[in-house]
Amino acid sequence: MPTIFVDGQELQVNDGENILEACLNAGLDLPYFCWHPAMGSIGSCRQCALVQYQNEEDTRGRIVMGCMTGVTEGARFSLNAENASEFREAVVESLMLNHPHDCPVCAEGGECHLQDMTVMVGHRDRRYKGKKNTYRNQYLGPLIHHEMNRCITCYRCERYYKDYAGGRDLGAQASHDHLYFGRHEEGVLENEFSGNLVEVCPTGVFTDKPFLKQYSRKWDLQSAPSICTGCAVGCNTAPGERYGKLKRVHNRYNHEVNGYFLCDRGRFGSGYINSDARLDYAGIKKPDGSFMAVHQQQALTTAASWMQGKKVVGIGSPRASMEANYLLRELVGAENFSSGFSDTDSDLMAAVLKILKTTKASNPTIKQMETADAILVLGEDVTNTAPRAALAMRQALRNKSFELAEQIGLPKWQDAAVRNLAQDQLSPMIVVSAMDTRLDDVASHCISLAPDQIAEFAVMVVEAMAGEAVADKQAKQVASILQQAKNPLIVSGTSMQHRGIINGAVAVAEALISKDSNVMLSLCVPEANSLGSAMLSKGSKTLSQLVSTVADADVLLVMENDLERRLSAGQIDLLTADGTQVIAMDVLENNTLGASDMVLPAASFAESEGTLVNMEGRAQRYFPVFQPAAERLASWQWLLKLAAETGHKSLSKLQHFDQVVAACAESQSDLAGLIDAAPDHSFRDRGLKIPRQTHRYSGRTAMNAAVSVHEPQQPKDTETPLSYSMEGLNRDQPSSLRPYVWSPGWNSNQSLQKFQAEVDGPLKGGTAGKRLIVSSSKGAVSKAPKSTMEMQPHQWQLIPVHRVHGSDELSVSTDEIAELAGYACIALGSVVAEKLGVDTGDGVCVSVDGEEVSLEVQILQRVAKNCIGFSAGYGETLSLHAGSTASLSKDTNWQRRSPQLIASDRTIADPVIIDGGSAHV
Amino acid sequence: MEKVLTRNIGLEQEPTNLKAYEANGGYQGLRKAMAQMSPKDCQDVISASNLRGRGGAGFPTGMKWSFVPAAEKSTPGHRYLVCNADEMEPGTFKDRLLMECDPHQLIEGMILAAYTIGADISYIFIRGEYIVAIQRLRDALAECYGAGLLGENILGSGYSLHMHVHPSAGRYICGEETALINALEGKRANPRAKPPFPQVSGLWGRPTIVNNVETLCNIPHIIDRGADWFKTLGLGEDAGTKLFGVSGKVNNPGCWELPMGTPIREIIEQHAGGMQDGYQLKGFLPGGGSTDFLTAEHLDLAMDYNVIGAAGSRMGTGTMIILDDRTCPVGMVLNLIRFFAHESCGFCTPCRDGLPWSRQVLQDIEEGRGQPEDLETLAYQVRYIGAIGNTHCALAPGAMEPLQSALKYFYNDFKQHISAGRCPYH
Amino acid sequence: MSKSQMIQTDRGSVLTAQEIAEIDAELGHVPYKSGAAIDALKIVQAKRGWVSDECLQAIARHLEMSAEELEGVATFYNLIYRRPVGEKVILFCDSVSCWICGCDDIKQKISAALGVDYGETTADNQYTLLPVPCLGACDRAPVMMVGDDLVTHLDEAKVKALFGDVKVEAGGDQ
Repeated sequence: MPTIFVDGQELQVNDGENILEACLNAGLDLPYFCWHPAMGSIGSCRQCALVQYQNEEDTRGRIVMGCMTGVTEGARFSLNAENASEFREAVVESLMLNHPHDCPVCAEGGECHLQDMTVMVGHRDRRYKGKKNTYRNQYLGPLIHHEMNRCITCYRCERYYKDYAGGRDLGAQASHDHLYFGRHEEGVLENEFSGNLVEVCPTGVFTDKPFLKQYSRKWDLQSAPSICTGCAVGCNTAPGERYGKLKRVHNRYNHEVNGYFLCDRGRFGSGYINSDARLDYAGIKKPDGSFMAVHQQQALTTAASWMQGKKVVGIGSPRASMEANYLLRELVGAENFSSGFSDTDSDLMAAVLKILKTTKASNPTIKQMETADAILVLGEDVTNTAPRAALAMRQALRNKSFELAEQIGLPKWQDAAVRNLAQDQLSPMIVVSAMDTRLDDVASHCISLAPDQIAEFAVMVVEAMAGEAVADKQAKQVASILQQAKNPLIVSGTSMQHRGIINGAVAVAEALISKDSNVMLSLCVPEANSLGSAMLSKGSKTLSQLVSTVADADVLLVMENDLERRLSAGQIDLLTADGTQVIAMDVLENNTLGASDMVLPAASFAESEGTLVNMEGRAQRYFPVFQPAAERLASWQWLLKLAAETGHKSLSKLQHFDQVVAACAESQSDLAGLIDAAPDHSFRDRGLKIPRQTHRYSGRTAMNAAVSVHEPQQPKDTETPLSYSMEGLNRDQPSSLRPYVWSPGWNSNQSLQKFQAEVDGPLKGGTAGKRLIVSSSKGAVSKAPKSTMEMQPHQWQLIPVHRVHGSDELSVSTDEIAELAGYACIALGSVVAEKLGVDTGDGVCVSVDGEEVSLEVQILQRVAKNCIGFSAGYGETLSLHAGSTASLSKDTNWQRRSPQLIASDRTIADPVIIDGGSAHV
Repeated sequence: MEKVLTRNIGLEQEPTNLKAYEANGGYQGLRKAMAQMSPKDCQDVISASNLRGRGGAGFPTGMKWSFVPAAEKSTPGHRYLVCNADEMEPGTFKDRLLMECDPHQLIEGMILAAYTIGADISYIFIRGEYIVAIQRLRDALAECYGAGLLGENILGSGYSLHMHVHPSAGRYICGEETALINALEGKRANPRAKPPFPQVSGLWGRPTIVNNVETLCNIPHIIDRGADWFKTLGLGEDAGTKLFGVSGKVNNPGCWELPMGTPIREIIEQHAGGMQDGYQLKGFLPGGGSTDFLTAEHLDLAMDYNVIGAAGSRMGTGTMIILDDRTCPVGMVLNLIRFFAHESCGFCTPCRDGLPWSRQVLQDIEEGRGQPEDLETLAYQVRYIGAIGNTHCALAPGAMEPLQSALKYFYNDFKQHISAGRCPYH
Repeated sequence: MSKSQMIQTDRGSVLTAQEIAEIDAELGHVPYKSGAAIDALKIVQAKRGWVSDECLQAIARHLEMSAEELEGVATFYNLIYRRPVGEKVILFCDSVSCWICGCDDIKQKISAALGVDYGETTADNQYTLLPVPCLGACDRAPVMMVGDDLVTHLDEAKVKALFGDVKVEAGGDQ
């Protein structure tokens, strides 16, 4: 570790880091704009200037940029030298030449890095007398608001969007002091990670559009540590609330999981929580089919009267917490419980769980995925099924360039230089899938195969690695690429609903295991708690098994599960048939609730506490951001109250959340780690709970004055270590309890560095979450079956196509996400489209077992033989299943739809009709 | 004095006539090198010749080349030689002459330079506005390919080189070698951070040398006639000859090949014919728009890199711009700063936003709206923008050179503008 | 070919076969297609005078880059025109040597003769007037380029000889 001197202070610094990082690590306030811990240095803003001296005798020194200067033993710097301070102030003064003084109406105000840096350098009076440049803003879609006048040209947006996230439709235009960052023409930003622009931009150019419609200042937001429920990655989030509404979701740094970035589903997909369509009160179905609202206690009493002494069966949910699933299982008994997976998922999840527990390949953290030097993806469109993991995979592909950089002694953080050196060279990634994936653009090889053949391909790769004679050239090539890698990563998952693919992935990973390589195997699973639900499935039934026995049951309890998405219509009819009383609780209204006899309003993730187990096997706790409105209760609370009401023997002893966690943790050995997901409710920091509100939280006594002038008492939180208050410390607590970041002088999210043990490293409060699954021994994995589907002529195998916006059950009930989700589509290769005589936007009738559905045509770049895709998880496609065979015909009655994406704040002219175009074949 | 670089210029011959070029000693250096010199021999001669880059910075050419890693120490792949023919420095008009009037000399120099550094592909990055030069270079290249001087196995030596002409889409910053490389890659021409230097990671990430036209034109002669001969050409400490030019209100503006170290007075008074009637010399920029003003007291200095440097300016491109006593120095600096502000690539803050700030202050002063404190602001801007290292590349510090020296030598002019509330020259 | 004929709505066929052939010839010495972005822009502009949105999108598709990436390149450079220009572009040098030699006056005379300021095109679509950095002919200042031709030693007489009659012939078909 080199020693350097900054203003005479001796600092031990890390090898290979730059002076800016060294200063920040030492807790020094060195302002910066363009540098970003995840994106490195380019030296454009010139803000992190300090003076470097040749030696002890040198008193003049010269100005250098901290972010562009590496540490060397004995190097001497001054941050406080007068010329350095003057220079840094001059930089801000020049940035301010054109920056509007619109802070009071700017969404960034109060958490603006530019504001912070302006104060930090002491800039006060404006000397420039010229006019400010002004720009025309662009419509960038429903998620991001664009305000170019505020731009300080730090290039962070372009570098994040293009270089980091792989987006192509945003960039720098023009030059000198007329630079413009935007699209070629107005339109929706295409990248699935566009929302991070909001946090990457150091000022208010890119702001959160849904948040603008119901805006509050950062300091007025009440926040709690939370976990995204959008997929199984389990990104850590910091949702903010005011006036009982969820206002926005910000990233919450977890070094091992999401780092600095979220996907757009995670950031923008929680708006459904504010939906007016949510239930406020429990309801009991009247004979006429409508529901009568009843109070909590009445509902509980009625439910208990139905349940007592009767046979009760329960269906849990892979999108609900461990605690709620555990309570339901205990309440009805494991033999009467189903985790709520579809039958296929149930089988796949059992397999995944077994693999993760037994394989010798390591199950990487999301961060570890970035270390891969070769990647094989089998059957998964990761960007759409586990988006944040795909972002990590994109970063892994840069390892080739870091290798080249190391050869010429170029540090990794020299971002532009490393990119210029490597040009278009990337580490190899082979994507084997039935059709287009959103990582194809950076894949070295894209291989289009039907699911069965993907499994077979994996077997061939294994055979090639074992030196067996394999005819398939590509398999041989892939084998050789993977064998040359030090940190090969195999990614697969459940989205193809195909056990053979997963087995194939495991076989490849295990065949690669050797002394010198660290083989990683990452399996994407469908929902936020799929892995946790699988862990709780021991001794329980599959949904089909439950359906077949339900006739004997008197009461069916359905928790946070829309059965339409898991079962056929016929099965649902059986479940809800007369004779069985159905009690369903959920966050949003759905057809399962509609078909029930009693509905219970469940609190959303933002209004409750719980633990989720992500695809890494990490148990992570979320806490209520605000109290649920009216008579909504967390599912675990409904279930605990039902247990008490029905006099359940063991459960009625439990009263508090922590007791439920403890009981769940004790119930099976692999869940013991649950209690370590976060400290329990007794945690105190210097005697105080962790405040959800900032110390500047305003209007506490006045915000409800329109309702009552009496100051309400702050709600008490008896279940968690957090308080609904601004009293307390937000400083040194464990990371799982940090609701937001703020530090004196650092009001923006850049204050994060004050909480990191070192720049871009783990948090001082440790890494949040506890990994429950540790692989132990090498287990036997069944070889992928070599079954090939026999296709009749004119028949097609259905492949589910997952979409960030649209395939997820809850987020799509958010207006902006629904707008982006568009219509469900049938995805065809151009050859098939030509045969059918259809083009993009036409209709195709998909027929499976006599049932027909008409869908809009989407044309893909590459499609495996005999495969067609359907938008998975859309209401229109719930009757379609992976692997089914379908026949297709052109829907001659189809009405072409006009573009659906019309933002509420902008009108689009009628679509232009182009004569002689290729619209119809 | 013996003409070296311009010996074919002014002769009654077609500029692209390969035969005529060869008849006058052309491609002798190349034939010599191909027949009897290794790349290392060439490198040694150039290093020994003390040739310094003629693009403005004056960096020793041999040293620059020596930083290209040896082929065995570098990953296999292409290496590039790039000729910087993006002549755009205000007041500079020397490379146009060399390319329009003797394209083969440049090509020969490029082949030799490429041979020395082991390049297999070379580019001439030329201003898009140099229509005539582009055509003549293309014609000359075709002649060379036809005569086996370019392409595979040049003159039977086993050495192969391909050469392309890339007309620029126009930006002053492309004259900065790493910005030029970005432009050649089809990208926005923002300069790159150094290190890594282009010798290690240049065009397409490969080892690359970028040399100015005039620098490369010297190479054939040095290879042909030796380092010692070259060193005898200079009058002072610098070797060789140089194209010097003068523009402004002189009787005979133009460009002449003269020995390094020729006194400034000789260039202005003899070759440029002195000041026009009714005009006095008030000052001059010795080497293009981004060099510091010198004044009449410096007329007897020799045009050598270190001599001009010691006087507080730079030799730059060696093409002088004369400020006369009837031209407003504030207006002249404003013209230059306006140019630099517009040609800023917009990458770094002091240049992108600092130069327009200077432009605005100067415009206020020139148009009679100046305030006494504006002079402090200008001095502040010179400190802020002017030092190499404060900015990402040398454009903005270069822009500050005429401003800081104008504040030094013509301070009263600035003050008069402010106190009179108008430009006294109008 | 008149300008209006070049504007085609079918995006797939905006570039002519000759343009595509010329662009493809440049691809031979670049390691990836977007490396030829500037060459391609210049090739298309050489035929059409400027680069329309449709052309830019077509070039971007041909070079497998996004329109945004190509837009960033196109708008960076002074000599890529993203708006229509006249039959000839006047690149008027306003740099220091020409300024000393009185280019401001000459520019006013040209503006008066043509009725256009910088960035504007004459009503008859003959000329677009643009400033240009030093043209490297300072010994012959003031200078400008009219189309491909360098015009030196500018004075009132030369301006009159070149443009004296132009402004009245609006819409002239030459």
